[in-house]
Amino acid sequence: MNIHEYQAKQIFAKYGVPTPKGIIANTPNQAATNAAELGGDVWVVKAQIHAGGRGLGGGVKLAKSIDEVRELATEILGMTLVTHQTGPEGKLVQKVYIEEGADIVDELYLSVVLDRAAEMPIIMASTEGGMDIETVAEETPEKIIKIAVDPAFGFQGFHGRALVFGLGITDKKEQAKMIRFAKAVYTLYMDNDAEMIEINPLIKTVYGDFMALDGKMGFDDSALGRHPEIEDMRDISEEDPDERDASRYGLSYIALDGEIGCMVNGAGLAMGTMDTINYMGGTPANFLDVGGSANAETVAKGFEIILKNPNVKAIFVNIFGGIVRCDRIANGIIEATKITDVNVPVIVRLDGTNAPEAAEILKNANISNLIVGDDLGDGAAKAVAAAKGV
Amino acid sequence: MSILVNKDTKVIVQGFTGKEGSFHAEQCLAYGTQIVGGVTPNKGGQEHLGKPVFNTVAEAVVTTGATVSMIFVPPAFVADAVMEAAVSGIELAVIITEGAPVRDMQKAKACATKNGMMTIGPNCPGVITAEECKIGIMPGAIFKKGNVGLISKSGTLTYEGANQVCNEGYGITTAVGIGGDPIIGLSYKQLLQMFEEDPETEAIVMIGEIGGDLEIQAATYIEENISKPVVAFIAGQTAPAGKRMGHAGAIISGSAGTAKEKMDALEAAGVKVVVSPAEIGKAVKEILG
Repeated sequence: MNIHEYQAKQIFAKYGVPTPKGIIANTPNQAATNAAELGGDVWVVKAQIHAGGRGLGGGVKLAKSIDEVRELATEILGMTLVTHQTGPEGKLVQKVYIEEGADIVDELYLSVVLDRAAEMPIIMASTEGGMDIETVAEETPEKIIKIAVDPAFGFQGFHGRALVFGLGITDKKEQAKMIRFAKAVYTLYMDNDAEMIEINPLIKTVYGDFMALDGKMGFDDSALGRHPEIEDMRDISEEDPDERDASRYGLSYIALDGEIGCMVNGAGLAMGTMDTINYMGGTPANFLDVGGSANAETVAKGFEIILKNPNVKAIFVNIFGGIVRCDRIANGIIEATKITDVNVPVIVRLDGTNAPEAAEILKNANISNLIVGDDLGDGAAKAVAAAKGV
Repeated sequence: MSILVNKDTKVIVQGFTGKEGSFHAEQCLAYGTQIVGGVTPNKGGQEHLGKPVFNTVAEAVVTTGATVSMIFVPPAFVADAVMEAAVSGIELAVIITEGAPVRDMQKAKACATKNGMMTIGPNCPGVITAEECKIGIMPGAIFKKGNVGLISKSGTLTYEGANQVCNEGYGITTAVGIGGDPIIGLSYKQLLQMFEEDPETEAIVMIGEIGGDLEIQAATYIEENISKPVVAFIAGQTAPAGKRMGHAGAIISGSAGTAKEKMDALEAAGVKVVVSPAEIGKAVKEILG
């Protein structure tokens, strides 16, 4: 789960990670009121969406008067912001964060992520703040410092020293401030079961202070149960409604832009099915894992979600029955076609436990648009042919 | 021969009396696995499925001589269970539970490593030595005895791959589902080495997916250390970047962890890489003749 910048900064503040002062607004008038409350003579109006690259997309603007704050908020609220991370459809801006201006002398980068190979969190930092870190990693990898921190021992002095020397910070006061900053970020990463924290840019002000000018946080979904206060930060308008709907039924669904709907048990086989369709010259319309215990209800829900997509020209149901017996799944499919109006060809491949019985059940059901696939390759080929109207 | 487990392996079940634990322990017993008991706190002294129940893993190990634990406890308690197994003399923990927090597994794995215990999973189908010992949730009937070792992140692709291998007239020595979480126990590298050393295994099928770089590490390892032929499939060639494809670890971050980079690395290491899982059986046949 991801959260907004303003929410990340609330968590930062709790841990003593310095940020500019800011207040969230839903309307232009509220934005103006917030600016007045913050005081000063420069404000930043920032669109709140779950995607990076907001500045380049026109979602972050500088205002030099309260009236300008109101004007910019009017412009940004309700706009569909397109960035390199939103996809071409963009994201609707429903909130703006009004923040005091900062006097920046330097822009740095700091993030904490899990290093899967080292099996511990890693702090990444760079002097190249404000840039896309992937670009930095590609063009000047030597400008990225990586410091693994073993949680068994925690953040130690030497981690901090590696960081400040790596960033070329020589002033002792500044060194101490940066070490305190990084330690706090590491601590809040661990405490909150974060999956990633990215601060880009991390700025140095004219006073030699370090501040998180931006903040991005994602959390381990499996750990949200023990962090109700973070679960409360969930913004469902940022999530795909079909994916959410599917997850309520224990289905894992992701829409793609092809023509063949897929319903599969198991994530690996679901991806493998998409790959096979692609290999056979077709295009998958979605990823859908019905989970280990597919039954009539979940299959029916799967059909319903797949068929919401108007591009779907055929559906490939690919189930490898393990503990779940194929004859029961076959009955589930027949039930499902009765509950949901399935108006495209459905290719069904059932293999594993009791597969022959299942084939018999499907044959005897006499459903006109149901085609049986013998194995994965045969089923995918038939689905590709059906989608092409062959 | 086989790797990790065989007909003599003594197994306990943590989360023995729960719904999942009971169901699958019963299936394993029916397969012939030597389940010698189980652990459920506060149910010590009872009998379940004809086997003794213990309050602690330590008691179970002392009484039964078990060396392997199959773990079904709920996600919030799984790290605790793994660490208890690690300090109680268990040599291999097979963690079936799905949805364990990453931070917990990080801790549990560090504890396991410190105590010299191997782990498989979490969020995996388990391990099976064909016609001898099944420790997990896989359908036992599809695994016929033979000479192909199988390693896979995905459960259903394990079944798909094993089924194709057996349909071509070959069989399986041992199949290991390693799971698709960001932090897992035994990985390709260690298992490839075990299969290399197993005289009965003649070829290895390796099934990976997008996310992380375990498959890339495996490619390097294969090039330098593995003499037996390897067939590989990497799931997720058509997966979009930045989306979590079912498994917690199956995500392309930025431009890293794509199927293509993994397939290229494996191909360069001399592995026979297939573009569809439907081709796994045929590829094994081509190699073994």
